[in-house]
Amino acid sequence: MLSTGITSAAYITAAVLFILSLGGLSNQESAKRAVWYGIVGMGLAMFATVFGPGVGNYILIALMVCIGAYLGVVVARRVEMTEMPQLVAALHSFVGLAAVFIGLNAEFELANVRQLLASGGDMDTLTGFGKKLAGKDAVEIAILKVEVFLGVFIGAVTFTGSVVAFGKLAGKLSGTPFKLPGGHALNAVALLASIALMVLYAGGAGVWTMVAVMVIAGFIGWHLIMGIGGADMPVVVSMLNSYSGWAAAAIGFTLGNDLLIVVGALVGSSGAILSYIMCKAMNRNFISVILGGFGGAKGPQMAVEGEQIAIEADGVAAVLNEADSVVIIPGYGMAVAQAQQSVSELVRKLRAQGKQVRFAIHPVAGRLPGHMNVLLAEARVPYDIVMEMDEINEDFPKTDVAIVIGSNDIVNPAAQEDPNSPIAGMPVLECWKAKHVFVSKRGQGTGYSGIENPLFFKENTRMFYGDAKASLDKLLPMID
Amino acid sequence: MKIGALKEIFIGEQRVALTPESAAQLQKLGHECMIEKGAGKAAGFSDAQYKAAGVVVAATAAALTKASDLIVKVRPPSEAEVKRLSDTKTLISLFYPSENTTLMELAQSKGASIIAMDMVPRISRAQKMDALSSMANISGYRAVIEAGNNFGRFFTGQVTAAGKVPPAKVLIVGAGVAGLAAIGTSTALGAITYAFDVRPEVAEQVESMGAEFVFLDFEAEQADGAATGGYAPVSSPEFAAAQLAKFREIASDIDIVVTTALIPNREAPELWTAEMVASMKPGSVIIDLAAEKGGNCKLTVMDERIVTGNGVIIIGYTDFPSRMAAQASTLYSNNIRHMIADLTPGKDGLIVHDMEDDVIRGATIAHAGEITFPPPPPKIPAIAAKPKEAAVALTPEEVKVNEAVAYRKTTRQQYALLAVGGMLMLLLGAYAPASFMQHFIVFALACFIGFQVIWGVAHALHTPLMAITNAISGIVVVGALLQIGSGNILVWVLAGLSVLIATINIVGGFMVTRRMLAMFQKS
Repeated sequence: MLSTGITSAAYITAAVLFILSLGGLSNQESAKRAVWYGIVGMGLAMFATVFGPGVGNYILIALMVCIGAYLGVVVARRVEMTEMPQLVAALHSFVGLAAVFIGLNAEFELANVRQLLASGGDMDTLTGFGKKLAGKDAVEIAILKVEVFLGVFIGAVTFTGSVVAFGKLAGKLSGTPFKLPGGHALNAVALLASIALMVLYAGGAGVWTMVAVMVIAGFIGWHLIMGIGGADMPVVVSMLNSYSGWAAAAIGFTLGNDLLIVVGALVGSSGAILSYIMCKAMNRNFISVILGGFGGAKGPQMAVEGEQIAIEADGVAAVLNEADSVVIIPGYGMAVAQAQQSVSELVRKLRAQGKQVRFAIHPVAGRLPGHMNVLLAEARVPYDIVMEMDEINEDFPKTDVAIVIGSNDIVNPAAQEDPNSPIAGMPVLECWKAKHVFVSKRGQGTGYSGIENPLFFKENTRMFYGDAKASLDKLLPMID
Repeated sequence: MKIGALKEIFIGEQRVALTPESAAQLQKLGHECMIEKGAGKAAGFSDAQYKAAGVVVAATAAALTKASDLIVKVRPPSEAEVKRLSDTKTLISLFYPSENTTLMELAQSKGASIIAMDMVPRISRAQKMDALSSMANISGYRAVIEAGNNFGRFFTGQVTAAGKVPPAKVLIVGAGVAGLAAIGTSTALGAITYAFDVRPEVAEQVESMGAEFVFLDFEAEQADGAATGGYAPVSSPEFAAAQLAKFREIASDIDIVVTTALIPNREAPELWTAEMVASMKPGSVIIDLAAEKGGNCKLTVMDERIVTGNGVIIIGYTDFPSRMAAQASTLYSNNIRHMIADLTPGKDGLIVHDMEDDVIRGATIAHAGEITFPPPPPKIPAIAAKPKEAAVALTPEEVKVNEAVAYRKTTRQQYALLAVGGMLMLLLGAYAPASFMQHFIVFALACFIGFQVIWGVAHALHTPLMAITNAISGIVVVGALLQIGSGNILVWVLAGLSVLIATINIVGGFMVTRRMLAMFQKS
């Protein structure tokens, strides 16, 4: 048995290790070390808790940890890199669910302890958390109740929200926004009802309030995320990431455990910052993304003139063989078509000819922050040729060929040229300034936002229609 | 459908409407191609080349016309050629319907469909089939080459061991397609190039090609050229006078003049008067691309090269595209191919003559026994984008002021945030018990550290960041572990489940992060 002092020391070390672990992600090399900090920190925290004061039932713990670890390994091994957004969403839902369970447990324990206190029973039968509860005065209990309530509320929103996000990302649910009649008014009513329940609960109104709020919060999570469309998913996933952190922090307050509070706060702020970055990259504010739908157009949009001119693989190959510098702009379409290997092969061939080939990644490309980077890394594209938007935007006028693969809104010149466009002011990759632009795209439709893209009609743009992977595979043998 | 290309019978015409390359493209659309024997010879395409491309070679024009559904050629058809048509056949060629009304009526009586390549509307969608532009491009290029052929000096200035050679001065009048092509060729050859156009808005295009735009001292509202289908409108007498005065002023200095000014359905305007020709140096060259319409210079004789009394050479050829038959045939056959591609929307070899389509409607002058010329005005107005307002450059002082304003704004924002935050903390501290405040301090500081640390994370690593935060938010396992020892069976079960799923998170999260990070490789 470890003493409370030793446990606390282990917790402090673990907290520091977690901070180092997140800080280490500042570049690709130190990141490889950082993940080990995280693993060691987690091991330390679990070890100190299990062998710390007031924990029993070791057989159950061992069993559950083994099963959980086994499932974790299976999932982590099997998951395709294109499925990362789903996996992340699924893992968020787990944190949310665990937070709900732990919150409920806290309530049960509290009832238990009350009963014991009332009947004057033996306090020694209580384990760690129960003992802590027994020592609390009335104000502390009231605060505790609010904390438990918040933990359950946030946990339930995170859980159902993440399940919906998972469904949408995995294609099991339709990506189009869906709202019940009443829309956000319904959410507001549900929120007010939850607050009323909280007051009741804090006033001593039994477990049923808890269950009721679980259901209501679950509804809010479901309805909120159902109302958000596919391309806003990066924001949603980071937001849920943030929620799962706040849920953990709320649990930490309930249990009076500083390690949980620290980690919850770290994760919560991480998710919040990611959401902020994503929103900024779309020039929209967080509230409008969460409430769904694009801001209304301020006037008639500029009419697009010209024609989408198609080109075949041989034409693309001829231009690529002549080019000196090439920039590739991947988007979600590349992930859908699983074209990253073909892209990588194309890059390898072009680089072998001594051409400068780089990637331009928009912050909201894909369905998860940084998703494109991971896909390209998986396809063995060296990370030092993968550039961020700000690093490469100035280079387009000097670029011979820009290849757009499966992205649309992030290369839409209307964001800069048309003040009435719904995406006006959104930072975009200025690929149309390159001498030639090839757009690999399935068909002539508009993107997720339904906004016509004048890029496709520009004089230096050629449309390379077809499935991204099939088109690139046709192109590859023609590059010599 | 069978597409047949006739041999040109107009004397001196060397172009052909089908090349082996365009035939290959047409076959991709599901068509079969035929060509009259020897049709491509003058343009440098032998019958063997056509056969190799899968084109059937027909012995005579009559046989070809009989066998094909779609007949393509370059020049307007002769009467005999039109007579061979029938109501199932379509002819695609240049036609100039306003001048060839009798031919058009003859085609109507035969019931044949005629698509006139010179009637393709000038909208951006139809640029790829705009044969007049392709041909004008060649004329502009060839005009400069022809001028060089007749000009006794270098275009570019040189300093040689034997002495200094001044550069030639070239004036291009009219900056349409031909004019711009001429400017490009002339500057590429190294001449000092001037260009003039009645539309001052083309000055930018002219300058982007490396020529100098000749501005007039004339203030007047000019009609928007875009409103007349991309052609320059007729200019006012005052403007014309100012223009002539300017030309008179510079004429003696110019070595080569290329005039390309045409106004639709009118005689070419006189821009280079006899008086200007007289003031030019001997050996100077004038290429008049408007010769067919009377010429921009009245001394021009159509289809001939003349030398004036003071030794100025005036060339009035009208067959510049034909003089570059290989290039002209390639471009023209591509225009034809794009037209046929639009006529074959299904890419299945079936011609759909869609009279609702702006481009096809505009170019069709006879269809289903009726004359459909002139066409209604196109639904889409041509070109004309609004000129952009130039961004006003900021002076260094203004930049400084802006920065100072932004700095004050952020300072105020931060003060406000701190004040509000501080007040909230005080309020909380006044009511909450000490044990809560202790944890709250930890929470607030952890949020702060979180914000500081996460800003430093590379954008490329945002997905691993999410995976690793997933893993460490599995720390809720600690909460479940603290509860699992409880005697209450329900607590026991729920805590057990929490441990299970939190462990999945921890193990799965860390492993997938490691997997991802291992993939990031430096080149």
